[in-house]
Amino acid sequence: MNAQPEHTAIVAARDDGIAPGELLMDVRNVSLRFGGVKAITDISFNVRKGEIRAIIGPNGAGKTSMLNVINGFYTPQEGTITFRGVERRAMKPHHAVRQGIARTFQNVALFKGMSTLDNIMTGRSVKMNRGLGWQMLWHGPALREEIEHREKVEEIIDFLEIQHIRRTPVGKLPYGLQKRVELGRALAMEPSLLLLDEPMAGMNLEEKEDMSRFILDVNRQRGTTICLIEHDMGVVMDLSDRVVVLDYGKKIADGVPDEVKSNQQVIDAYLGVAH
Amino acid sequence: MRATALPAGMTLDTFPKYLLLNAQRFGDRPALRHKDYGIWQSWSWSQQLDEIRALAIGLQSMGLAHGERVAVIGANRPRLYWAICAAQSLGAIPVPVYADAVAEELAHVLDHAEVRFAVVQDQEQVDKIQSFSDHIPRLKTIIYDEPRGLRDYDHSSLHSFADVQAQGRSLLSSDPQIGSRWEKGIVEASGDDISVMLYTSGTTGRSKGVMLSARGSVAAAVDTAVFDGLTEKDSVLAYLPLAWVGDHYLNYAQGYVSGFCMNCPESPETVPQDLREIAPTFYFAPPRVFEGLLTSVTIRMEDASALKRKMYNHFIGIARKHGESILEGRPVSFGARISYALGRIFVYEPLKNVLGLSNIRVAYTAGEAIGQDLFSFFRSLGINLKQLYGQTEAFLYVTCQKDGAVRADAVGPAAPNVDIRISDNGEVQFRSPGQFTGYFKQDDATRETVTEDGFVKTGDAGFFEADGQLRIIDRAKDVGKLNAGALFAPKYIENVLKFFPNIKEAVAFGHARDFVTAFINIDLQAVGNWAERNNIAYASYQELAGHPEVYRIIAGHVDEANRRLASEPMMAGAQINRFLILHKELDADDGELTRTQKVRRSFVADRYEPLIEALYDGSTQKFVETEVTYEDGRKGKIRATVRIEDAAIYGGSAALREAAE
Repeated sequence: MNAQPEHTAIVAARDDGIAPGELLMDVRNVSLRFGGVKAITDISFNVRKGEIRAIIGPNGAGKTSMLNVINGFYTPQEGTITFRGVERRAMKPHHAVRQGIARTFQNVALFKGMSTLDNIMTGRSVKMNRGLGWQMLWHGPALREEIEHREKVEEIIDFLEIQHIRRTPVGKLPYGLQKRVELGRALAMEPSLLLLDEPMAGMNLEEKEDMSRFILDVNRQRGTTICLIEHDMGVVMDLSDRVVVLDYGKKIADGVPDEVKSNQQVIDAYLGVAH
Repeated sequence: MRATALPAGMTLDTFPKYLLLNAQRFGDRPALRHKDYGIWQSWSWSQQLDEIRALAIGLQSMGLAHGERVAVIGANRPRLYWAICAAQSLGAIPVPVYADAVAEELAHVLDHAEVRFAVVQDQEQVDKIQSFSDHIPRLKTIIYDEPRGLRDYDHSSLHSFADVQAQGRSLLSSDPQIGSRWEKGIVEASGDDISVMLYTSGTTGRSKGVMLSARGSVAAAVDTAVFDGLTEKDSVLAYLPLAWVGDHYLNYAQGYVSGFCMNCPESPETVPQDLREIAPTFYFAPPRVFEGLLTSVTIRMEDASALKRKMYNHFIGIARKHGESILEGRPVSFGARISYALGRIFVYEPLKNVLGLSNIRVAYTAGEAIGQDLFSFFRSLGINLKQLYGQTEAFLYVTCQKDGAVRADAVGPAAPNVDIRISDNGEVQFRSPGQFTGYFKQDDATRETVTEDGFVKTGDAGFFEADGQLRIIDRAKDVGKLNAGALFAPKYIENVLKFFPNIKEAVAFGHARDFVTAFINIDLQAVGNWAERNNIAYASYQELAGHPEVYRIIAGHVDEANRRLASEPMMAGAQINRFLILHKELDADDGELTRTQKVRRSFVADRYEPLIEALYDGSTQKFVETEVTYEDGRKGKIRATVRIEDAAIYGGSAALREAAE
């Protein structure tokens, strides 16, 4: 019988042997310098499995640099990052992907000429095992593999409600949809830690609400841990379990949204203080 | 599991009886398809019977009984159609509700219909219902199709569709008697039972629950299926709102009696792609959909290469000249036939393929008047597009056009077995096999609508043309008079305006006034494309609508509309004197349109009263502040200064206005 399969959770969550609530990533005393510019100074915080962790701060506070450090794009001069119990120093972004860290970018970084479907498929490339020879031959194992991956991608397309743009080149899409496609590509990697760099930037109210719902669903249904940077305080306070606040490369607060909201240093950093 | 043999001579007067019959006669033929995860999934009639049986037994075990009402809320999805039939199979009454209704409207309908069960599509609908749960105390059980986002909800009153079916299946396998008792129940059911209760779209005030009997519904569906020669080999795309009589009739009712395959789109946004993939043989769309198709074709051709554009214009010209004659089998010269045949190869067939209309055998449009140009365009391509006139109270068909006797300005003679008469005050009244049995809990309204001799008042003013086709002028109560005594039929004037692709919606005023004025909504797609090609930058609908160049274009259209009105003796006195382009699109969320996208005239008149005053007091602009409702129910305000322009009047009536001023 070909009844509809029950897809209750999109793409099985990665089993990394860490129970929800336990430490997934620990950032300890990290400093990052570009020549004489100190982008990040001695920052420590941690991310627990299954939570939504927000990094906030005024412009130039070092938020995106922090994400770049986490996913291996920058190597910090000092400090350590422990991910899933393994401490690491220098690594490349593709190693981070294999470890289970996926991300989206502040200004969308998709393949503009490729369709939504193909863009999300690229997220699966890290999981394709057949070599170039098989891929060129196409039939047999490579095709079977492609079909398996396509199934996962279709689940993501369904989840993000972007069926209607499956075949549309992403360059033609409005910004809000491009952001959604980018999230789809990150999800295709089945990450255990998902880094979102300003997922709601430039969106209207409705698109923000949709995106918030997707983020919550990813987190609740799959148990995917999420670390996000966002400027919309309403969104941050509603979505996240814990918030870390940066200002001029330093950590000035860390805690649940209510604590952070009432922290005088945070208020000063955002509103400015009389000198 | 196959259906057991049906008793000979069973009267086919309910849809579940047809379900059993179809599982027997068309067991392996597709009954339903749904695109899911990018692939068309299909169910044969016997598989569909299994699904519905499992659901019905599950619902029965949860306490659903004869005569109770079940709300069905969501998009066109297989499970919701199964829920309709499963409810009917138990003698319960399905009540489909518009899925895009805001929570308050939804709660009103659920409360009024006294539903105890609701089968809904997803979290969105569950949220809407639960936000008003205090107002609908009778509703105890919600069954949802898509589990996403609902995991952490309190499941004391929530059940997943799959679980209900699983419950049904396990009961069925534990006791085979249950299944045969269920089938026996269907066979013994009476055609007098209420088959479905459809809520009217509420063009005039709160919506009413229209009760339709099983026997009447089946009879009506059989009549029209025979009329259009529908068989199990046909297919349709079920994309119209589930709660609308058109979807329930054209897809569900006709599908069950003739056994054709109903195809559910992947999502509301993918309908054009799905239509193309399915290429249905029977198609219904309101005029605005055809308008949208033509607009998008025109826009795309404007952006095409010079050669393609030339070819398109050449062959569309030939189609305009000879296409309809060829479609209707009238004599056409040999040369014209050759040109048309070439046109088919180069333009018509590829174009129909892109639009998903390649296999159309019968297509209908209804709901609003359709422009002659628009109507002929599709017919000239060889698409058998016809008009019908219908109402929820009739279970759709009142009139419909026969193949070969089609015109744009009338809606056809009475449908099979329908009697129509025009009352003394010009109102159209009918008596039909599918005619409703009454409004639910509103006997007064029923008595007002049904005459003592059993005719239903449509509320539409109309008359019969010499060839026996009915022509609808307007809502009877909207037809008014100008102070000078000229007939004022607002919808007629609005339709003349709306035939311009740049004008999406219009609202005319004039009853008991000195002259006619109009609000105009521009079509963002058509005008937006024009702006793009002419390097006109705009940030919003509001900005584009107020652009001087746009005003110039619309003024041209109003002028042309006045010329057309001047050429009709009955309407010449009601030409448009002054108009304005509204600063926002009329929207159902703001209550300005019904859920079926018809203008709610009196509401619009109240809401924009200052603008109407300005149209009549001679001012050239007016500042307004309008409250808008976002999709999530929050409210905001938009402010604008709207310009008002005068238009030229043609013919003898020009003097009228001067006299009035």
